[in-house]
Amino acid sequence: MKVPLFGPDNDPGSGFTDLLRSVGLDPFSTVSGVPGVSGAPHGTTVLALRCLDGVVMAGDRRATMGHRISNREMEKVVPADRYSGVAISGTAGVAMEMIKLFQLQLEHYEKLDGRAISLEGKANQLSQMVKANLGAAMQGLAVVPIFAGYDPLRRTGRLWDFDVTGGRYEEREFVATGSGAGPAATVLKVGYRPNLGRDDAVTLACRALFEAADIDAATGGPDVLRGIYPVVAIIDSEGWRRIDDEALRTLFEQISDEHRASREVPS
Amino acid sequence: MNMPFYVAPEQMMKDRADFARKGIARGRAMVAVQYADGILLVTENPSNTLRKISEIYDRIAFAGVGKYNEFDQLRRFGVRNADVKGYSYSRDDVEARSLANDYAQILGQTFTHELKPLEVEILVAEVGVDPSTDQLFHILYDGTLVDERGTSVLGGDAEAIAERLTTTWSAAHALDQALPVAVAALAGPDRQLTADDIEVAVLSRRNGRRCFSRLEDADVEAILGSSGS
Repeated sequence: MKVPLFGPDNDPGSGFTDLLRSVGLDPFSTVSGVPGVSGAPHGTTVLALRCLDGVVMAGDRRATMGHRISNREMEKVVPADRYSGVAISGTAGVAMEMIKLFQLQLEHYEKLDGRAISLEGKANQLSQMVKANLGAAMQGLAVVPIFAGYDPLRRTGRLWDFDVTGGRYEEREFVATGSGAGPAATVLKVGYRPNLGRDDAVTLACRALFEAADIDAATGGPDVLRGIYPVVAIIDSEGWRRIDDEALRTLFEQISDEHRASREVPS
Repeated sequence: MNMPFYVAPEQMMKDRADFARKGIARGRAMVAVQYADGILLVTENPSNTLRKISEIYDRIAFAGVGKYNEFDQLRRFGVRNADVKGYSYSRDDVEARSLANDYAQILGQTFTHELKPLEVEILVAEVGVDPSTDQLFHILYDGTLVDERGTSVLGGDAEAIAERLTTTWSAAHALDQALPVAVAALAGPDRQLTADDIEVAVLSRRNGRRCFSRLEDADVEAILGSSGS
C-alpha cells in the first residue's frame, strides 16, 4: 500500500480515516446484502467514573460467543493516548479494530499537526467512528464505547458515553455499558460521591465489576485460578496508569472477605 | 517562431544542482549525532512553532533543512506512509530504510523531471534496539541517498561543522555531554547559541514505544548552562 505525495488540491488533511479512504482502504466498508451476523465474540462490562482530578476506567476481561467463553484475557479498556482511554463493549472484532483505528487517528493527527487533539475533539472523533459503523451495527455488529480522559485545558477528568448511532453524551459522574451494565451502574450509583479519592474510586470500580460478574454470565469476575484480573486504570494530570494485578488481587480478596462476612449468620 | 536554445544535459544538471544548493545554503544547518541512549538531533531554528525536526513513527524521526514548505510536505508524506504501513502490516514493519528510499525516489524524480528541484536536504533517523543498529539516512536534493554512521550534518556549512564534530564527538556520550558538543559544532568558534536559537529532539531507547521526544528550552538551557559552554 503506497500513499502518494499529495498536492494542495487532494490533501486528505490530518484525519487517518480520510487518509485510508483516499488510498482505497475504507475501514468502515460494510458488505451489503449480508443478513445479520451472529456468533461473533462479544465483550461485556466496562465502566468509567470521575474522581478527584481525574477518571477511573475499568473493564472485565471476558469475551463470549453465545454460552461459550471465547477469550478470558481480552483487554477492553485501553489507553487511547497519554491522557485518555477508551473502553469498548459490543462485537469484539469490530471493537478491537475501532480501538486500533482510534489510537492511530489520535497519534496520526498529533504527528501531522504537531499537537494533540483536545479531549472534546477526541470524543467527537470516536463518535464519528461509531456512526460510520452504523451499517455494521444494523447487521448485528454493534460497538458501544466509553471515552474518558484528563482535560489539560479544564484540569479535570471528563467522560463520555455513546450510543450505536454515534450519539455522544458527556456524563458528570459515571457510566457503565455492556451486558453487565445494570448491576455495575447500580453499585456505582449507590457508592458514588463527588470528588471521590483515587483509591476509593478504584475500589468502587472493582466492586461494580464484581457485582456485574456475579449476576451477568457474560462478564468475567476476578480469575484467581489463572491470575487474570480486570483492567483498571487511572487517568489524571500524570497520564494513563494501569493498576497492577497484585494490587487488584488484594482488593478483590478484600471484597470477597466482606461478602463472606456478610453471609455469616450471627449465633 | 522562437527556437529553443540548445543546452547540454551536463550544463542543465549543473544549473539545477547549483540552484538547489544555493537555496539550501541559505538555510541553517542541522546536526544529528549518536549518543549513549540513541540519536540526538539539533538544528538552528529561531521559530518555536515551525519545526524542522519531527516524529515519523515509533523509532523514526525526520529532519529537513532548506525550504520549509517543501520539506514539510515530505515530512507529511513520511508520517502518512509510516502510519498506513503500520496499520496494514505491523508496527515492526515500519523502517527507515524503505522510507529513505521513497524519499530518494521523490527527490530524484523531481530533480530530473520537474521545472525546479526541491531545495531541501533531509535526514531519516532510526534508533535501533542497540547502538549498532541505529541508522542515519541523509538524502540530498537530487535524490542521492547516503547511509551515514555516527553523525550526519545537513545544510549550509556542513563540511566545517562535520570537521568540528570529528574531534569532539563520541557515541558513548551521555545526553548532557552530547548536546553541548553538537551545539558547539553548529555554532562554530565565533558564536554562542542559546536554547532560544535552537531546536532539540532525541530518539531515545529509554522513551518506551514512542522514542521521539523534544527537549524544551528550559531543559536545553539547564544542560548547556551546566556544561559551561
